[in-house]
Amino acid sequence: MIIRHMMVTAVLLGIFAIIGTGMVAYTYDRTDERIAVNEREALLRSLHTMVPPAMYDNDLPSDTITVTSKEFLGTNKPVTVYRARKDGKPVAAILTPIAPDGYNGTIKLLVAIGYHGNIFGVRVISHHETPGLGDAVDVDKSDWIKGFHGHSLGSPDELGWHVKRDGGIFDQFTGATITPRAVVKAVYNSLQYFKSHRDELFITHKDSTDTAHDPG
Amino acid sequence: MTQVSYPTIIRDGLWSNNPALVQILGLCPFLAVTNTVINGLGLGLATMLTLVLSNVTVSLIRNAVRPEIRIPVFVLVIASFVTAIELAMNAFFHELYNILGIFIPLIVTNCSIIARAEAFASKNAVGPSFVDGFTMGLGFTGVLVTLGAMRELLGQGTLFAHANLMFGEAGHWLTITVFDNYEGFLLAVLPPGAFLGLGLLIAIKNVIDARRKPEPATVQTMPVDAGATA
Repeated sequence: MIIRHMMVTAVLLGIFAIIGTGMVAYTYDRTDERIAVNEREALLRSLHTMVPPAMYDNDLPSDTITVTSKEFLGTNKPVTVYRARKDGKPVAAILTPIAPDGYNGTIKLLVAIGYHGNIFGVRVISHHETPGLGDAVDVDKSDWIKGFHGHSLGSPDELGWHVKRDGGIFDQFTGATITPRAVVKAVYNSLQYFKSHRDELFITHKDSTDTAHDPG
Repeated sequence: MTQVSYPTIIRDGLWSNNPALVQILGLCPFLAVTNTVINGLGLGLATMLTLVLSNVTVSLIRNAVRPEIRIPVFVLVIASFVTAIELAMNAFFHELYNILGIFIPLIVTNCSIIARAEAFASKNAVGPSFVDGFTMGLGFTGVLVTLGAMRELLGQGTLFAHANLMFGEAGHWLTITVFDNYEGFLLAVLPPGAFLGLGLLIAIKNVIDARRKPEPATVQTMPVDAGATA
């Protein structure tokens, strides 16, 4: 009797599990395409704030390469680089480095660098900085991040690539120096990485197509 | 169990047994996302939808489920609905989804949902369960939006900022800048502001209750489920 009771109960639980899983699977099937489109559009929107659509003609979200540099890109994990080209010629690379030394953990960045080494734009993708203080690096909160536009390795010189308190040209925020310091340093490191690896970043070997297009 | 009247269910959900102000359930997402009206509204509506769907489903299957597997089945029902809602939000309100982030899947852990399933829907017919889920959700949403409005107004001097995330581009006009060139009041945006705001709302509710003529003691259909807090 008890065995039978247990069996029925187990089967019942199994049926509910199957129905629940089936519902989730169905929803996933109906939404996954749309979610992929959304993610692609969101990515394109943020890329377009730095590299306008008129400047390139390739498929930006999928023309990627992954590179690894703990020293310059802030993480020992592979970092995605989006490559903008026009008529097959390189226009800009958008690096996704990490500023590892934010006030509260890592700050993920997008750094768009023109082929000639000048910055097209910098954006913060995600951060955990203090609301109202460090979060001014977010373009929704202040225009500070737009101050990188047009700068390059030589302009300002190495000493200038710091916040003002450290003798550089970039503003710190009232009550928050660590966050902008971390971002300035990460952008500077990205520029250095770009300078020393530019040709590798834009490479399109046919035999390396698979790895170059690996979004991971 | 005696049949509960609809007015009682509605009054319980919206006021006398409000999930946020009286049961104090689901605090984690509640306190975390209420820094703006729109965030509060987004989470509130998602929670309300989950409550309605899970209450109705639990009520429909209440006679088929054996007591031993009651809780796992409820959890299964709630988790399935939340996952489906999460996917749907990601598909149709992508940017709002990005902001609410982890708190959508965390609706699963909002104890007010399983509390309603266990305490109400598993003992009542579909109609009352639907109304119970709806009004409990509405009561929860109302408090989320109120707290969100308080914190947004104090914290950044606006109301309905980023309404476009929920209502599309047409939502921009909804955003009201109440104070121009407002410096912001950090405390309201940070977690302590959420606790202070919620405390204030609970206090206001208690004051209102105390000032009303002492009613004939309201029969609480559901005792506050203190054991289910997480």
